[in-house]
Amino acid sequence: MSTLEIRGLKVSVETEQGAVEILKGVDLTIKSGETHAIMGPNGSGKSTLAYSIAGHPKYTITDGTVTLDGADVLEMSVDERAKAGLFLAMQYPVEVPGVSVSNFLRTAATALRGEAPKLREWVGEVKAAMESLKMDASFAQRNVNEGFSGGEKKRHEIMQLELLKPKFAILDETDSGLDVDALRIVSEGVVRAKDANNHGILLITHYTRILKYIKPDFVHVFANGRIVEEGGPELADKLEANGYAEYVSA
Amino acid sequence: MTTLQSNLLENHTPTGREEAWRFTPLKRLGGMHDGSALAVSRHSLAAENSLPKGVSLVQREITALTETDDAIVNRVREFTNVGTVLTIEANTEIAEPIFLGRTSEGTAEAEFSRVLINAGVNSKAVVIIENTGDTHLAEDLEIQVSAGAHLTFISLQEWGAKTIHAARHHAVVDRDATFKSIVVTIGGDVVRLLPTVDFIAPGASCDLSGVYFATAGQFFEHRMFVDHKVPNAKSRVNYKGALAGDKAHTVWIGDVFIRAAAEGTDTYELNRNLLLSDGARADSVPNLEIETGEIVGAGHASTTGRFDDEQLFYLMSRGINGDDARRLVVRGFFNEIVSEINNEEIQNRIMSRIDDELAKAGK
Repeated sequence: MSTLEIRGLKVSVETEQGAVEILKGVDLTIKSGETHAIMGPNGSGKSTLAYSIAGHPKYTITDGTVTLDGADVLEMSVDERAKAGLFLAMQYPVEVPGVSVSNFLRTAATALRGEAPKLREWVGEVKAAMESLKMDASFAQRNVNEGFSGGEKKRHEIMQLELLKPKFAILDETDSGLDVDALRIVSEGVVRAKDANNHGILLITHYTRILKYIKPDFVHVFANGRIVEEGGPELADKLEANGYAEYVSA
Repeated sequence: MTTLQSNLLENHTPTGREEAWRFTPLKRLGGMHDGSALAVSRHSLAAENSLPKGVSLVQREITALTETDDAIVNRVREFTNVGTVLTIEANTEIAEPIFLGRTSEGTAEAEFSRVLINAGVNSKAVVIIENTGDTHLAEDLEIQVSAGAHLTFISLQEWGAKTIHAARHHAVVDRDATFKSIVVTIGGDVVRLLPTVDFIAPGASCDLSGVYFATAGQFFEHRMFVDHKVPNAKSRVNYKGALAGDKAHTVWIGDVFIRAAAEGTDTYELNRNLLLSDGARADSVPNLEIETGEIVGAGHASTTGRFDDEQLFYLMSRGINGDDARRLVVRGFFNEIVSEINNEEIQNRIMSRIDDELAKAGK
């Protein structure tokens, strides 16, 4: 059983007008096997939370703590966070020209597992992950995210989730840009990975539609840089009916 | 008269004020440009394997295919009319690459070398020149790509740290022939290469690509000139470079001239540079001069940038450490061109040399 604990997290970014505080004190605890949905309007700071936990250099932590089983995540470099068990499925995965998916995945798996996976088993693992996400075999030879459609990028992110087996998966708007079929395939991949590895999930989304496939245990409403309401799955139904208007100050 | 033919010196020694020499550190050319080098008659270029049937390599008198205004090449021609001639017979298809190499003879003298590669009508071959060791070399290399021939010419500058290499690699490309050139420059003190192409009949095409990686103190210059003087020829240029370390300096010049007669020309040239540290300088100058509007396309692009932080973040967020992430990005950057060299041993050797250059450069 692992615990990811966020306490009083304040984060700012540098802008031309100086530092702007985006996160204004976030408290959240996620345990293995739990699925937490973070829902909120555009600009509320949801993605900042995701990238701050992963260690993106753009964000400055001004206060608070993030610990994984007691270890100080904020002291870790980006790759150390991944090695500690954090995984961020990005909303806009980055193109890496000239680096094949196959090479990328094997390099990542080698880094995370501490040794190169045995070639035969690895080929089988990758093939199975690609088939279950309905990706063509030629995909492995393409350059990372280069020329991928929106749907292909998200499948590639979830394929990594299945292969890299983190303790906690942060899914940043994994549902955005997906059609109905792709949403189902990608969501099934998330559920399959969770069933296999029992990782905790922090699922960031605007919309409730992905929650039909990935059932949250907890729903947190995010507005203006902090969590403003928490509840069970029924809170998502309320948001579906009423929107975010009541949480956004006029 | 075009402004692109800018090597013209009117028989004087380059001073550095000429367009063609303005980036080159003349003092570091070992006197090859001004006649002060101790020129020797030496033919260091040799076959590394036994030559297949239909291919010969001999030393004999050479008549230059073209005139040039390059000062160093003209000094080579004044010095000797004997050179090394590689001939690929007409209608011959050579399956395996023809490997040539130069042996290192030290830097006390300068080898003034003439080379002629003659790809016969409808022949098909890959020629690879592996340049290693330390030398001073002034090289006049001309390539005749006869009608219907398909020649791939790969020139690997894997020189030692003291080498000075000034060369013109000039291809004359005939009707319906294709000329593909891949240049790799990852070693040497000063390397100045002029990969140039004349199209002499319609339907010809060339594809000039190259990679270079300069670290502290190295100067690598690649100066293309593609002369579209006939209709319906196609040219592509794609050079990628990386620089790291104090006073690493690269120059890429892409001159393309589309003459009035060259209707139906299709040309595009690209140069991208990756600056991996402060103190390095990449000059990149595409020049396109067009005398006819009746063309298929003409364009160019040049970019010089640093590591993309988002790429590094993405890779590191998957557990890949910073050094490995940078290595992946740099390998990926060069892979587009290095993968065109259809030889795994050479690919691996170049990539691992690139890894070494990157490691030497630090972070």
